[in-house]
Formats: sequence, C-alpha cells, structure tokens
Amino acid sequence: MSRDAEGAGLTEWSAGELADLVTRGEASPRAAADASLDRAAAAGAGRDGLNILLYEDRRDAHRQADAVAAGRDRGHAGPLAGVPVVVKDNIATTVLPTSCGSRILEGYVSPFDATAVRRLREAGAVIVAKSNMDEFAMGSSTENSAFGPARNPLAPSRVPGGSSGGSAAAVAAGIVRIALGSETGGSVRQPAAFCGVVGVKPTYGRVSRYGLVAFASSLDQIGVFGRTVDDAALGLRSIAGLDPLDPTSAPEPVAAYGDAARGSLAGVVIGRPREYFPPDLDPRIRDKCDAAIDELRSLGAEVRDVSLPHTGLAIQVYYILAPAEASSNLARFDGVRYGLRIEGDGLRGMYEATRSSGFGPEVTRRILLGTYVLSAGYYDAYYRKAQQVRALIARDFAAVFASGVHLLFTPTTPTPAFELGARSDPYEMYLSDIFTCTANLAGVPAMSIPIGRVDGMPVGGQLVASHFDERQMFAAAFALERRLGAGARQ
Amino acid sequence: MAVTLDDVRHIASLARLGLDVERAQSLVAELNTILEHMEALSRVDTGGIEPVAGIGAAGVPLHLDAGPPIPMARERETFAPSMRDGFFLVPRLSTHEDPEAAS
Repeated sequence: MSRDAEGAGLTEWSAGELADLVTRGEASPRAAADASLDRAAAAGAGRDGLNILLYEDRRDAHRQADAVAAGRDRGHAGPLAGVPVVVKDNIATTVLPTSCGSRILEGYVSPFDATAVRRLREAGAVIVAKSNMDEFAMGSSTENSAFGPARNPLAPSRVPGGSSGGSAAAVAAGIVRIALGSETGGSVRQPAAFCGVVGVKPTYGRVSRYGLVAFASSLDQIGVFGRTVDDAALGLRSIAGLDPLDPTSAPEPVAAYGDAARGSLAGVVIGRPREYFPPDLDPRIRDKCDAAIDELRSLGAEVRDVSLPHTGLAIQVYYILAPAEASSNLARFDGVRYGLRIEGDGLRGMYEATRSSGFGPEVTRRILLGTYVLSAGYYDAYYRKAQQVRALIARDFAAVFASGVHLLFTPTTPTPAFELGARSDPYEMYLSDIFTCTANLAGVPAMSIPIGRVDGMPVGGQLVASHFDERQMFAAAFALERRLGAGARQ
Repeated sequence: MAVTLDDVRHIASLARLGLDVERAQSLVAELNTILEHMEALSRVDTGGIEPVAGIGAAGVPLHLDAGPPIPMARERETFAPSMRDGFFLVPRLSTHEDPEAAS
C-alpha cells in the first residue's frame, strides 16, 4: 500500500511521521482515525472475524480527532497529534467500555480515564478501540476471553499470545502503530513476539497504573506495543513519569527514548544468561537468537555468558504470588459495586452466584489457587517461600548488572505462536511465560523485538535492562532493528 | 500436601465462589497438578532470606495523603441509580429489611 497523506495510506506512516503530517496541516486527524477503523474492518478485526477488537466508536473517534485538529489550529499539537491508538480492555477509558474480557464487567464504562490514557490524549492520540484480552489478564493466548478467543492476523489458526493479544494483533494487522497493553508476567512481550511487533514492559513504577484494573499489584505494569522500535519509544515517552494518583509511580526523569537511536553499541556489555538457552530449547529459536547476538556483537557490543541461577524457579514463584494477589484484588467484584449481579440466597448467596457466573474457568482456578496458598497452614510453605525466592531472583539480576553488564539478551518465548486449543493443560500454558515473568518479579524493564521467522511465524528476542534504564534498552533495540529490518521478516 | 475435595469446598467458600460437584472435583485434580510443580520451591535454601512483598528500585516512598482532583467524565450522582445523604443506594437484597420501614 502506498504511503499517502489521505485515505487508507495514512496507516502506513509511523506514529512520529503521522504526527508531523498532522502538525503541519498536511493530514487530518479524522482521516487518520477513519483509515485506522477502515483497516480494522478490512482485516476482520471484529468479533465475527479475528476478534481482536471488542469495542470501537467511530463517532467518538471523530470527536477526539476534531478536538486534536482544533488544538493544532490553535498552535497546540502534541507528539502524537492525530495518531490512532488501541487500548487493552483492562485500562479505563471513558466512552468505550472497560470489561477486562470478563462477563462480570460486561458493559461497564469507567467515569474516568486511566492516567496513561489521559496522557495519550494530551499528546494528541485518538483512542479508536479497546482490544480483546484474556479475562482479567490471566492467560498467555487470549483464548480465555469471555468474548471468545482472538486470532493471530499472521495465521488465524494460531493464537496471538496473551494476555494483551488483541493489542499486539491490532498493531500486527496494521490497524494502529501504537497500542497499550498490560504486563504481569509477560503479557506484552509474549504476544509481541507471537505477532512480530515490538512490546515494552517498563520498569515497575515507570508508568502510572491509575486506571489499570488490578490483577497482581506487586507485578502489574502498563506496557506499549509498536510496529517499530520508534513507535514504541514514542508511545512509552508519552505515558511515562510520576503520577500523584499512583503511589507506586516513581519520581524518575523520563528520557526521550527515540533519541537513543544511534549507530554503534561500542562499550555496551550484553549478557547471555545460560538459563534462558536450555538444551531442550527449540533449535530454530536458538539459531535466531544466536544470529541476533552476532549482530549485536558486530555493532560493537561485548557479549558475555552470565548466569541467573534461580531462573528455573520463576514460574513457580510467579504462579503462587500472582494468584495470591489476584484472589485479594478480585474480591471487589461481588455484585454490589460493578457490573454483573445474580440474585442468590441472601447476601452470601448473591456473592457466590454473581462471582460463579461472572468469572470464567481460568480466573476461578487462579482465585482458588491464590486463596489456597494464602490460607492457614499453607501460607509459609507456599506464599512466604515464594516471596523469599522472589528476593533471590531479584538478587540474581542485581548481581549481573552490578558486574558491569548493561543489558541481557534472551529469547522472548520458548516457541513461536501455537495453534488455538493446542494447550489445554494449565501448567503447560503457564510455561509460555518462562522467559518473561522473571523481569516482572525483579521489577526491571524488558522488551521484545522481532528477530526473524520460523515456519513463517515471528520469533521475538528479549532485551532486559536494570531499573529505569529503558534508554539503554532502546539504544540496542534501535540498532538491532536497523540490522534486521523492521519486523525481521526473514 | 495434596488438595482434597473438602479443601476445594473450603477455599471456594472463603473466595465466595459457588461450585457444583463436578467442577469442584475437576479443580481437585487441576490444583494438585499445579501444586506438584510448586514443590520445587521447598527444596530451595531460603535461610536468612527476607520475604519481599514487592520490588521497586528504591521501595515505594511515602506520599502525602492528598492529590489533584480526579477528572471525572460524569457526575458522581450518575454512578448509581440513586443516592441518599451522599451515599450510593445499591439494590436491596430480599433478606434485608425494608429500607423504608427502617428509616
């Protein structure tokens, strides 16, 4: 498709290029929103197609776009002026519903925007749709949505990954250049890898979670998808920074991550953690990672073998702590304050009837698992023990970064996108997060970028940095992307 | 530490989740399979390691118990069908007394 300043060609510009066109008056925000929604329709993004978008409202998109144009005409054009953005269904938006992919919140409309959404709007972005997701972000394939599974636009018989599968797929399908997702154990990076796009999990505290529906509060973080590293950098730059409405947001300065694009990686030390390259790793994934590491070396980086010895315990730790926190956070969905209410025998009967009808099987399983590990007699053996091993995992990262290593490079996932329905065993599905959940447990930033394809499906490479050093991570991502080409289609 | 059917019923009760017998029985098997994998943690020496509830680069600093007003898209009165004395009125339960009679 040709790049054009009007019509369908508007979806071909990068976020920064489109914002420049809008700022100069050479493209219309309304036309950009229309191009995005038309592209969604053409791609079959709705519920009877790929099922990657749950809610859209063209009239509201026009209203937002016209406000951006009016601001531009008064001389106020933000860095995302007129850029269409898709937002995951667990991040609060006014007008479009926020249902977390769950029956229990079906039809719920937030009275306020999440801080990240408000900042996107202030930067000139136009929120065009909410995306499908695993219910309450519990899943790794977007098959757990109450509104049906989403499909990978590159191969509709395969999953897009999860839990932010709809947002990743919307970027991969060319509907938007930037989308918001959320991460608790890899829910941005894993679908980014499966869909061949860029996915960033910032440092815990980098982005306000005000308006993100809580899953596991010590792990949750809003993340960003981009078609390219530059799109993701612009998106993160727009939403990052201290927010008085979120006490966990950090008063750290926010860099212009797009400025990290430079040629050489001379002086950068990149660690290759041996635990992320086990003997049984798919050799095709290993080959793509080795090729990417060779590119990083040729760009001037020094590559060292390193060890993060507690990596093999991360899935166990994650799947104790996250359900434990979820069992508490999801107690608020009780039929009184939000959404669904099913009458039962008295107050308790109403609670049980509402929650049993409103939550799907995976959410129910995790609430029960979390309640069990927190209950008397099991707390020390499971929950406290997991908290202790989490400390050891965080120490592993701290020790490697203290030794002079600036970044780590690993595969994002052990396999490419799998077929819908291929993983029916819950624990087998949990293993999808094996290379990603460590960064959440340690609170460090990480991102996935496309590094090649296996049998036509994308493979992601993961860069991990120390706390609040997203700039270093982006510098390597920009350099690698230039070598491999955006999307790394080979 | 195998989970039993009584355990599942107990934790479902704590979590306010109603389960039919068939679902409760399948959850016994599912939870036991998952918890078997968790046993790996029991073999880790964590002597002297303080448990962590969360990881921040420098912990979460104290904030003033104040902040900017939350920009609302609509008035508070629209959040629920009705309010009284500044409180939201929620649907009455059949087991509760008649609110009109009590007032």
